[in-house]
Amino acid sequence: MLKEFTSAFRPALVLTLLFAVLLGLGYPAAMTGIGQAIFPAQANGSLIRDDGRVIGSELLGQGFAGAGYFHGRPSAAGKDGYDPTASSGSNLGPTSQALADRIKTDLAHTPGKSVPADLVTTSASGLDPDISPEAAFFQVDRVAAARGMPVAQVRGLVAAQVERPLLGFLGEARVNVLALNRALDDLPKGTAPRRD
Amino acid sequence: MTVQGWLLILVFTAIVVALVKPMGAWLFALYEGRRTPFHFVLGPVERGFYKLAGIDPNAEMGWRRYALHMLVFQLATLLFTYLVLRFQDVLPLNPRALPGMSPDLAFNTAVSFTTNTNWQSYSGETLSNLSQMLGLTIHNFLSAATGIAIAFALFRGFARRQTSGLGNFWADLTRITLYLLVPLCIVYTLFLIANGVPQTFASSVDATTLEGARQTILLGPIASQEAIKMLGTNGGGFFNANSAHPFENPNALTNLVQMLSIFAIGVGLTWTFGKAVGNTRQGWAILAAMLLLFLGGTAITYWQEAAGNPIHHAIGLAGGNMEGKEVRFGIAASSLFAVVTTDASCGAVNAMHDSFTALGGLIPMFNIQLGEVVVGGVGAGIYGFLLFALLAVFVAGLMVGRTPEYVGKKIEGREVKLAVLAIAVLPLMILGLTALAAVLPQGLAGPLNKGPHGFSEILYAFTSAVGNNGSAFAGLTAATPFYDGLLGVGMWIGRFFMIVPALAIAGSLAAKQHHPESAGSFPTTGPLWIGLLVGIILIVGGLTFLPALALGPIADHVAMLHGQLF
Repeated sequence: MLKEFTSAFRPALVLTLLFAVLLGLGYPAAMTGIGQAIFPAQANGSLIRDDGRVIGSELLGQGFAGAGYFHGRPSAAGKDGYDPTASSGSNLGPTSQALADRIKTDLAHTPGKSVPADLVTTSASGLDPDISPEAAFFQVDRVAAARGMPVAQVRGLVAAQVERPLLGFLGEARVNVLALNRALDDLPKGTAPRRD
Repeated sequence: MTVQGWLLILVFTAIVVALVKPMGAWLFALYEGRRTPFHFVLGPVERGFYKLAGIDPNAEMGWRRYALHMLVFQLATLLFTYLVLRFQDVLPLNPRALPGMSPDLAFNTAVSFTTNTNWQSYSGETLSNLSQMLGLTIHNFLSAATGIAIAFALFRGFARRQTSGLGNFWADLTRITLYLLVPLCIVYTLFLIANGVPQTFASSVDATTLEGARQTILLGPIASQEAIKMLGTNGGGFFNANSAHPFENPNALTNLVQMLSIFAIGVGLTWTFGKAVGNTRQGWAILAAMLLLFLGGTAITYWQEAAGNPIHHAIGLAGGNMEGKEVRFGIAASSLFAVVTTDASCGAVNAMHDSFTALGGLIPMFNIQLGEVVVGGVGAGIYGFLLFALLAVFVAGLMVGRTPEYVGKKIEGREVKLAVLAIAVLPLMILGLTALAAVLPQGLAGPLNKGPHGFSEILYAFTSAVGNNGSAFAGLTAATPFYDGLLGVGMWIGRFFMIVPALAIAGSLAAKQHHPESAGSFPTTGPLWIGLLVGIILIVGGLTFLPALALGPIADHVAMLHGQLF
């Protein structure tokens, strides 16, 4: 039995090192090389640049508080939310007092009837870039008022940003909040909210 | 529930069934040691590895030698990863200057990846790119290949006659890695990158948001890790939020492919088993039993999540349960993912199971407690399932008073005892460790939620660890020496106290003669057999865990219906 045991040492150690080099270094390095060559934008995080300055990623949500912007979902990632260094959900369960209180408070601060569920629930990652079309249309009046724009114009902008499910059943209809807000800022008319 | 939701579930199931034969045939070629098209490129690598390591790939191993060599290899890779994690602060590719992991966390993480569990006591954001690649990615390949190798050895036990040889562990491990996992992962990684999963050695970028706040965006070699994380049913995320993170799982298409890749190898192995024992209908019967349990679980979880939480309805929030779910996946794809990841021993998540409704969250936990035999982890699922099959023919044999047989082998006392030992380890460890944590102050310090849901968090943690799943009711604060240590021990025992008895059974079966099927044999292909299998799995799982489930999710459900908050 001892001889059996020691006879395994050499293959175990040598294969650990060989596989470490092949799978731990060679494979990710090769994929990085190919990925960077064929899909450079995606491989680097689908970053959005404005005059060379990185303002975010197409795939990651960011926090919006101003009345003139569409708001994303509440986020449990980091202290202030939408922190990509601390992705997380709330992990509050179905009978959690803290969760019920939070939803109650958020509903009280959200004027209007039948608030869409995604606007008062935290996402799984805390970085959800999307809201439902209902949640976007729900905010049209506030955004239009804050920007002094016609409601119909803002509504049309939202409608243009709605992404439908792939093949009709893969995924849900959604609106990317950052893309929508950038489209708002890019409109020639209307007053952009101050950045301070 | 919506028509689109059910369409997704049906399309998913149909693609899974379509994958069975091609994947099974590919695996069968490796089982037999045949040449594949990839030998042309990777053959020299395989031969070079054998030469440097002093391996004779044709040397047959008995079950003891197979088990011993497998265990020594696990210890070597465990130690390697432990050292990489402990010393990531002084190793290269650490531009964010992250500190080395504490001893208990490094132990827990190394065990977690060695055992194909990928429980995340660590948070992915605290790992350097080198730790992700060299510490974790290699285990994603090797623990998956080990699981498949064990399944091959058990198949040989059923298929071979009057021999002691079960194949060669090193050859199985190397061939599965080189000719199955690596080629699939290369294609899969490129698909993920095309869809937006980053793949770079850069580790972060600073952004200034539209409202002027600073956002540090973490990057890394994510796609290459993501591919094997799903395909090898590992499940350990590059990020804390796992496959819910938009960088790990950017859209509905990647989500569908991720779910398919969790099941792909596991369902293929059912066909490989049938082919190995000379009757593919044996494999299809196993798959049918698995799919019945899968669809049942999916229906319950989807129904509960779509129905939503009456407590929140009373506050004024209508509709299904969206807490802890992503908008791009919605309720259907989140429910389906939760069932798939716990049927298999993957443990990746695209929604937070902790925030599911009480019964919606019970199903994932129950799936793991059944032993993850509904498809199951790569390799682990089929060898776990075959243990239940032995139990089922034994029970059938008792009912009619005949010596039980399965695929041409007489099943006798030794095999049944070993099968019961392997199956009993799971409830003993899960319930024992949960009971311990539920009375000790270090254990009670863990849960985030109060009331029955807090108990559910503890129960889920030990279920997930011993079952080698890796998903969590993640509110539990598990990165403490108490939980790291106990969960680490649970993962180790849950993995190897199943594998070693399975190999012992393989050794004992291989030595037996073949008994051709006769008029008196109990048929192990028809609906009667499938029903018996499902019944045995549910009764063994259900009876053992029902009391604990009553204290956790079932009490939680009753509280939820009565508006009781904690």
